Parts: sequence; C-alpha cells; structure tokens
Amino acid sequence: MTLTLTIDGREIHAPAGSSLMQAAQLADVDTPVICYHEATTPNGLCRQCVVEVDGWRVLAPACVTPAAEGMEVHTASERVTRARRTLLEMLNASIDLSQAPEIQQQMDDYQADRERFPGAERRAPAMLDDNPFYVRDYDKCLMCWRCVQACADDLQFTYALSTGGRGYNSHVTTFFDAPMPETTCVFCGNCVAVCPTNALISKTEIYLQQGLDYDSIRREKRNQRRAQDKKGGAQ
Amino acid sequence: MAERATPPASMQDYLAAHAHRGQTMLLPALLEAQKRYNHISKEIAAEIGRALNVPLAEVTGVIEFYSMLHDRPTGETHIRICESPVCNLFGAKTVSKTLCRELDTAICEPTIDSKYYVESVECLGLCERAPVMLVDDRPIGQTTPDVVAELVRRPPDPPSGLIRTGTRLLTARLGKISPTSLPDYEETDGLRGLEAALALSPMEVIEQVKAAGLMGRGGAAFPTGIKWEGAAQAEGQPKYLVCNADESEPGTFKDRTLLEEDPFSILEGMLIAAYAIGATQGFLYVRGEYPRAQGILQRAIEVFRSAGLLGANIRGRGFDFDIELRSGAGAYICGEETALFESIEGKRGYPRIKPPFPTQHGLFGKPTVINNVETFANVPLLFRMGVEEYRKLGSEKSSGPRLFCLSGDTFMPGLFEITTPITLRDLIFKEAGGIRNGRKLGAVLLGGAAGKFVPPDQLDVRLTFEDTRAAGLSLGSGVVMVFDETRDLRQVLLDLGHFFAHESCGKCYPCQLGTQRQLEILERLAHGQLLPGDKERLTDVGWTMTDASLCGLGQTAATAVLSVMEHWPHLFEPGQ
Repeated sequence: MTLTLTIDGREIHAPAGSSLMQAAQLADVDTPVICYHEATTPNGLCRQCVVEVDGWRVLAPACVTPAAEGMEVHTASERVTRARRTLLEMLNASIDLSQAPEIQQQMDDYQADRERFPGAERRAPAMLDDNPFYVRDYDKCLMCWRCVQACADDLQFTYALSTGGRGYNSHVTTFFDAPMPETTCVFCGNCVAVCPTNALISKTEIYLQQGLDYDSIRREKRNQRRAQDKKGGAQ
Repeated sequence: MAERATPPASMQDYLAAHAHRGQTMLLPALLEAQKRYNHISKEIAAEIGRALNVPLAEVTGVIEFYSMLHDRPTGETHIRICESPVCNLFGAKTVSKTLCRELDTAICEPTIDSKYYVESVECLGLCERAPVMLVDDRPIGQTTPDVVAELVRRPPDPPSGLIRTGTRLLTARLGKISPTSLPDYEETDGLRGLEAALALSPMEVIEQVKAAGLMGRGGAAFPTGIKWEGAAQAEGQPKYLVCNADESEPGTFKDRTLLEEDPFSILEGMLIAAYAIGATQGFLYVRGEYPRAQGILQRAIEVFRSAGLLGANIRGRGFDFDIELRSGAGAYICGEETALFESIEGKRGYPRIKPPFPTQHGLFGKPTVINNVETFANVPLLFRMGVEEYRKLGSEKSSGPRLFCLSGDTFMPGLFEITTPITLRDLIFKEAGGIRNGRKLGAVLLGGAAGKFVPPDQLDVRLTFEDTRAAGLSLGSGVVMVFDETRDLRQVLLDLGHFFAHESCGKCYPCQLGTQRQLEILERLAHGQLLPGDKERLTDVGWTMTDASLCGLGQTAATAVLSVMEHWPHLFEPGQ
C-alpha cells in the first residue's frame, strides 16, 4: 500500500509504514539529525529533524512520526528553521562540538550564531580515562543515548551504562560511577562506534593521531593494563 | 524525634516478599531503603538490583532521577522547605536560611550529628498555608523565621482543606466526615453512584459518561468517556486503570485535599471506571510529597477490601478489581501519563512518544485508562445525580462542578468549588474577598506554572473550558495564583524558571537545554542585568521549547514567560 502526501509542495508516494524522514528522502529532502542512527532505536530526542505538519499544534519529529495519507509537510518553514537553529546554538553553548563535523556543517547551514548564549553554564565534566581501550570525554557528550542503547538491547545486551541525573544535568553513567573495568562492560567497542562527537574515542585512534605505530601502541596499552591490574590488586 | 528501631542490615526481608514481581518493585524497594537507612548505599542498591533483575547501571539511573532518593547519607529528620512561587512570596527563603543557621548546617548538607537534613524543594501542594515545610511525614504550614527551629519539633497541622464555597458537591464531605469511616461515607450518599452504575452494562456506563460531557480535570481537558471507550474496545489483556495523583503543578492542592478528606469517593470513581473498561488491576500513584494522603488512602483501600468492595466478585456482580497504592519519589514529570507508567514499571520517568496512546498501549504495554483524582471524584457524583442533573452544573461544553486552588495575595486562599460558571474577576473579588492588605491586584497566574499570567484588565473571562480557550488561556489544574501590585513578576518568573529547569527530565533537547538557557536569562532579568539581545534569546528559546519539545512539560515551560513578555513588555527592556 502507498500513501500520498505533500512535502514542501511536492506530491510524494511513500510505502505505508514510512516515517516522515523516509518520505522526505523520497522527495530528495535531507533531514538534519543529531541523535538518529540506523543501528539504534530512534527515540526522538534531539528534535533536530522536526518538520511542520499542517493542522498540528506542535512540530513533528520526522524520525518517529509515521507518514499519513494527505499530510501537508513543510521542512523549511520559519518555525522549523528557528527551532533547528536555536537547538544548535543552545547545544554549542553546552558542550564541545569541535570534533563533530556533521553538526558543524548544520551550524553553517542554519547560520547558527556560535556565541549566541553569552555567560551560559557549560556542563564541563571531567575526562574519564579508566581503561586501556577507550576514553570517555563527556565534555563532548550530547546525550544522544546511542552508547547506552548499543550497550543494551540494540546491540550488545551488556547493560553497563545508563542515563543519569535529570534535565540539564543529564549524563551517561555507570553503577555508582564505577570505572569501566568494574562494570559489566566487555569492551566490544560498539559504543565508541556509534558516538557522533568523539566523546567516546578509542585509545588506538588517539595514539595513531599522536603518530605512534601499532607496536608502540600495543606496548603502551600493555603497560597501562599492568599498572591498572597492580592498582586493582593492591586494593 | 521518637527513637527508631535499628533497621535490618539488608533488604532481604523486603525483597523476599516482593522480588518475584521484578522491576516494577524497583521504586518501592528504593523508597523503602531510603526510609530505613536515610540513603541508598552502593551495597543496598546492588542487593536490590540483583534481586529484581535490574541492571545495576539502571538502578543508579533510577536513583538519580528521583529527588527523594539519595545515594549519600542525609539525616534522621528530613526537612523539605517549599520554595515555589507562592511560598517565596511569604518568605520561604528566609525560613530556610534561618533554619540552616539555627541547625548550623547548609542546604543539602546533613548536620554534623546526622540528625537533620534540610532541603529546598519545589511546590509541596500546601499553598493555602504558605510558607510550608514537610518535616519527615509531617506537613507544617505558616512557618515563620523566628520560630522555625522550634517548628521542626512541633506537631503537624490538622488536616484542613480550607473549603471556601457555599455549594458543595465534590467537596460535600470534606472536613465533615471521618475520612476512612465507611458508615460515615454511606450516610453521606457514598456508594450510591456505584450502585447506579452497576445496574447498567459497561457500555451503558461509558455512554452515560459521554452524555454527561465529563472532561478530564488534570489539565488537558480530554473527554473522559471517549478515553474509556477507547480502552474498553482496545485489544489486549489485562487492562489497567490508573489514578494520577502525582499532583505537582505549583499552586495545585485540590487533589491532595480530596485524597486526604474523601478518599472513598476516589476509590468509588475508580471502581466504576474499572467496571466500564473491564480492568482488573488499578494503580493509585500518589506523589511522594503527600505522605499523609498516602497513609489515609492505604487505610481506605483496606476498608474497601474488608467490605468486599475490592477483590473478587465485587457486590456479587462477577467483577474483580483491586487497587495498589504506589508512591512517587519527587519528579514533577511523572504527572505526565506515560512517564507515570514508566515510573510504575520501575524505570526513569521519561515520557514516551505518542502515539501509541495509553488506551491502546499504556501501562506494561496494555490498554490503560489514566485519569486525574478530581475526574474520578466526579464519576460517583455523576451517577448519583444522573446525567440530566449533572449537566445543569457548569456550562454547556464544560459540565459538572470544578475545583479551583486560590493562593498568593488573595484575602482567602483555599479550595473553591464552582458549580455555576463565574468570571476570574468574580472568583477573586467576590468569592475570595479580593486582595490582602488593601492592595491592588497586580497579576494572576492561571493554570499553574504551565499557565499564563493574566493582567488586571483581562479578568472578565468565564472560567470554563470554552471561554478560557477562546481567550487563549487554559484552566490547567485549576490554579489561580494571585499577585498584588507590589510583587515583582521578574522574581516570580525566576522561581518558575528554576522549577522547570529542576523538573525537566532531560530526554529531549529543547527542554533539557532550553529550561537551563531560559533560567540563565531569567536570572539576569530578576537581577536587572539583562544583556542586549536577551529578549530575542528568551523568545527563541521559548518558542523552540513550545514547538519542538517531546511532552507537555517542555511545551509549556515558556508559556508563563511569553505571557509576561506579551502583557508587560517593558519589564524586558535592558536597564529596567
């Protein structure tokens, strides 16, 4: 079965069960996303993909809104553009997006003012370096939940991570902030793979960037592991 | 304080009795641990998580979500001082400062002897007696700085709802009967609604509710009969019935008053609803800040059970239904219906994406009806009176009696039951005696923190669903918060900004980031330090939250701010 709807004035025939994002693709309209990833369940968190649907009181997140027969959708209205631009500006005032090229591109596309919120409190959590495999630099974390979901039912079924806190103080956490080696983490790397901002970054990648070769990296990691085992044994 | 018995070293006794139910018992178990040990240690959290088969990371996630759960030691006596707009009008900040000085401690620091822990909290729902505090389970109103340390040791206030109106239908029993006496209840027309409803078929019950035009009293004004019909017709078993008693909207205390003083009427309303939709299990979710209401409801449920009004084959009609009381743990967002389901399921109280709607996919993924306390209170009344008589109350499109919570600078704060629609002006000046201290009215916040400020020249709107909607307003949960001419609305907006930033769940970005950015600008506004461009920033943040947030919290977190900007634009000019 096919649905007929209008996106930015263009009539689109989309398969039943399509999301508005999928329907927009058929109309060659790209939808900007932040939290969305093919490998994880969409939760409609970032709202960067919002579009305006005629007759709706609020904007619709395209990633989780089912396309429906006869919908009139606007993806570049004033309301949509204001929401997308303001979201980027608020996000940029909260965390370090320097290693998120896709979001940098969106800021250019929407003419976001990178200094829109003077005096804004940044989240600025400390960097966590507690295992030989990856670093958690949560100053770059934008709470897309992908790592939490990859660690749980979407990929790995390991459940080492959870969202913690509330509101602006939301963050990714472990049980009582335990270092990763003390959690159920199996160091599969799926969380690192889905992270959009380098908040999770593999140590190999860091060392490669520093110009080390693979043998030196192996040596460096072995030394770290031994140091940590020793520390663990002493407790 | 009375000496407490030493708590057992582990939660084993509690978990042995409840662990078989799994994750749904997570919040009750954590609340029990908090009560026993004044905090939840890593060892206890691990014990609970393992017994309930909940990943340990998620246990931490849940502890951190709810304000009343602490992973570090608090004190033997936990003092919560309300710092909502109304209590702040009457000096709540001075009260908390004085108390901390006298106890030689700071906010959220246990005293050196671990005896006391003082916390400033959002609205405690005791607004008619502002400023208020909750000392463990004891609500104490009209606190004053000079006697505050003594107040901590004072007995609690008597339960008095301050009912202010002449015609009393929903409030008829309040203060007049012993709340958990079934004979008192039956002598005052109790159970007559249930008898009338049980004489009909479930579909006829739903038709009557639709014909009566009953609309939800929780804030969204959704037609109750249509909701019931949706769940009754939905595929899937079992079906659940939930009473939303997570009343947390600042300035709202109607549900607490009903729960404390007429608990059977809520249970009777739930029974009728359960019969109509075919639910066998009900949950009554009461906010954690209402310990007195919880105690009374627990007793009321037991009385109903002993009388055969809950359990199997109720009144010999072959219909089974029981109600389980659940406590919230300090999270405004759990008043959002799907967040409340998540909370009962033992998770962080994140609102879900809708659709699917609760009538199809609600609690535990099953068809569910969730209604507000006042909505359930209307149900037995409606069946006792009959549709025709009931429809004579209220207005054409907004039938039945309605409760309003007046607080702030009104001469008579308290609960008002309105059966014939009147204007906002008449409610304040005729019913509630006008403004205190001979002052003039400055502004009214209608509908709660999520509502709008109304200027003094726009009070002639009738307090019905249709009239307020036409005026671009909302009745919300019936809050009428009154501010006299001397009050600085910028200070009130700062309190509201703080409230939303504290209560945002953090799930969607517009609200998670927007409530913080809004608060930062409102701080500058209140302190006379507005920067050039702040008005535009506030507007963009406000509309982004309104337009793009996932749930009603974010969608209304800027409503009050934007309404002040509309009616008092000069307050937002730099240098004011």
